[in-house]
Amino acid sequence: MDSRFDVELVSVSKRYGTTLAVDNISLRIPAASYCCLLGPSGCGKTTTLRMIAGHEAISSGDILIRGENVSDLAPIRRGTAMMFQSYALFPHLTCLDNVAFSLKMRGVGKAERHAKAREFLGLVQMGDFVQRLPAQLSGGQQQRVALARALIMRPKVLLLDEPLSALDPFLRIKVREELKRLQRELGITFIHVTHSQDEAMAMADMMVVMQDGHIRQAGSPREVFERPVSPFIARFIGSHNVLNGPDGLIAVRADRCRLGTPGDGPFVNGRVTAVEYQGAMVRVAMATDPGTEASALVPDREFYADPVAPGDPATLTWAEQDAHTLMDA
Amino acid sequence: MSTTTSLGHIDMPRPRRFALPIPRLPGWAVSWLQVGPLMLILSVLFALPTILFLVVSFYDYDRIGIYPAFILDNYRDLLTTPATWRVYLSSLKFAVIVWGVTLFLGFSVAHFLVFHIRSSMLRTVLFLLCAIPFWTSGIIRAIAWIPFLGRNGAFNQILMALGATHKPLDFLLFSDFAVIVTYVHLFTLLMIGPIANSLAKIDPALIEAARDAGASRWRTMVDVIIPLSKTGIALGSLLVFTQVMGDYFVVKTMSGGQSASIVSMLSTEITAMQYPPASANAMVLVLFVAIMVACMMRVVDVRKELVK
Repeated sequence: MDSRFDVELVSVSKRYGTTLAVDNISLRIPAASYCCLLGPSGCGKTTTLRMIAGHEAISSGDILIRGENVSDLAPIRRGTAMMFQSYALFPHLTCLDNVAFSLKMRGVGKAERHAKAREFLGLVQMGDFVQRLPAQLSGGQQQRVALARALIMRPKVLLLDEPLSALDPFLRIKVREELKRLQRELGITFIHVTHSQDEAMAMADMMVVMQDGHIRQAGSPREVFERPVSPFIARFIGSHNVLNGPDGLIAVRADRCRLGTPGDGPFVNGRVTAVEYQGAMVRVAMATDPGTEASALVPDREFYADPVAPGDPATLTWAEQDAHTLMDA
Repeated sequence: MSTTTSLGHIDMPRPRRFALPIPRLPGWAVSWLQVGPLMLILSVLFALPTILFLVVSFYDYDRIGIYPAFILDNYRDLLTTPATWRVYLSSLKFAVIVWGVTLFLGFSVAHFLVFHIRSSMLRTVLFLLCAIPFWTSGIIRAIAWIPFLGRNGAFNQILMALGATHKPLDFLLFSDFAVIVTYVHLFTLLMIGPIANSLAKIDPALIEAARDAGASRWRTMVDVIIPLSKTGIALGSLLVFTQVMGDYFVVKTMSGGQSASIVSMLSTEITAMQYPPASANAMVLVLFVAIMVACMMRVVDVRKELVK
């Protein structure tokens, strides 16, 4: 049975004793999409991923993969493959045997599984390292082997637990391009757990922000960034100011804020606390008079035309249409 | 507006050199100082006695004394006596059976403690339960089996009370069975320790990764857990094997004199003051155990694994 959704979570909960790690979440991930589960540590994102993988039993609810209820199936019968945060390569096996492991478990003959494993190691540009042991590889290389080991299972859904967290920043940007390209080429769904909103915004077709075991907002990165629904989301995805508006709290993007003088539009007074040069933009952090923090991302040319320094009084202004009201905290 | 700063004229602190008044020792002297203590202990307590045995094993002897010589009679007598072969074979039989049983038990217990006990508190308590009996002397623990396994012992009485047998079982005590039971009791911990240590080093994510790839419990065991714990298995095997081959007391007490051990053979010769044949016997035992250990090392290079 086919479905428009690769993964569906229906009222899924996970209880450990009396604590609720995941509280009654529902989510539909469209076919062949890159989905990022985003949230601070302890928000339940990894537990959710592990429940989809079948490494964590669900306490209540159902998980469907391409329309089939997999809630009670073993990981191998779900059509998922997981790439672990620590990569979890078998230290006693060569790259070739690591990648061929799942085929060996299925009873595929040695020559055939090794040929297949070579093909997948080639796919991740690790064809020259087939006989190496994991300990003889760099972190980035180990990750490629782990990816090949997951992909050789031909999963319908690839699950990635913080895949980029162990890499240095330069490699991280390169690898995220590759993961995205791979997802597009393979045409399968990737579910990627991360605590970095940069990563999620750069990669996701669908971004799911979680907090305290709940899904707080799900949508395309642009939707989430343009219209964060709550102060938590606005603060978590960053580059947003949460300010007092006429009908409660409002969010305004920092790059839509300017330093200026009180005029017709909304404004808030305060004092500059920090100035950060970021290249194209300069970030001016302020402590506002009502006692909150706010910042403005000002294009460099505009900033240096009328620079401010920490300690200077300043007024933050924005246009009425750039602010939108938030649900209460 | 200038945003450039130059580090050019900031004085960086130079790495400080410690100028000690004592002259530096040359590299070779440092190395000798480092290996010295161990070398001293090994030479005085191991190498010298072994060389002494080696020398004496070629001596001549009679009922009165021993005489420096270089004769091979001691070895010839030893290796041509059927009794020697019988004793070696019987010790080897014990060693292999005990090795098999302790390996199975030790691995199961270690696996249970490491992978099935979630609370570290409970795990510590259970480990202690395994280890505390080791704090008493092995002789006491061996003797403790006698009232349990004896003809009118606790075990026979329980069996008879349950109606499982109406006549006390005789094979329980003073038999090979009693020897093996005692060995297993004495030496299982020697397996549990090293194997649990190896198992504890296995990243639990590896087991999940195996499961994710479709491995059954059995395949996970064979393809992941056992290969990754082979250092512990080899170390434990080594300990158990050498303990059984070097045992004297358990065989003597628990077999009721029906079985002999290599060391009891040695001991008989020593009480008869036949030092040269006893030395020859000791040399053969050392060589035999060394060969067995070398065979195990061929399977698992424990040295290489320990460095990791």
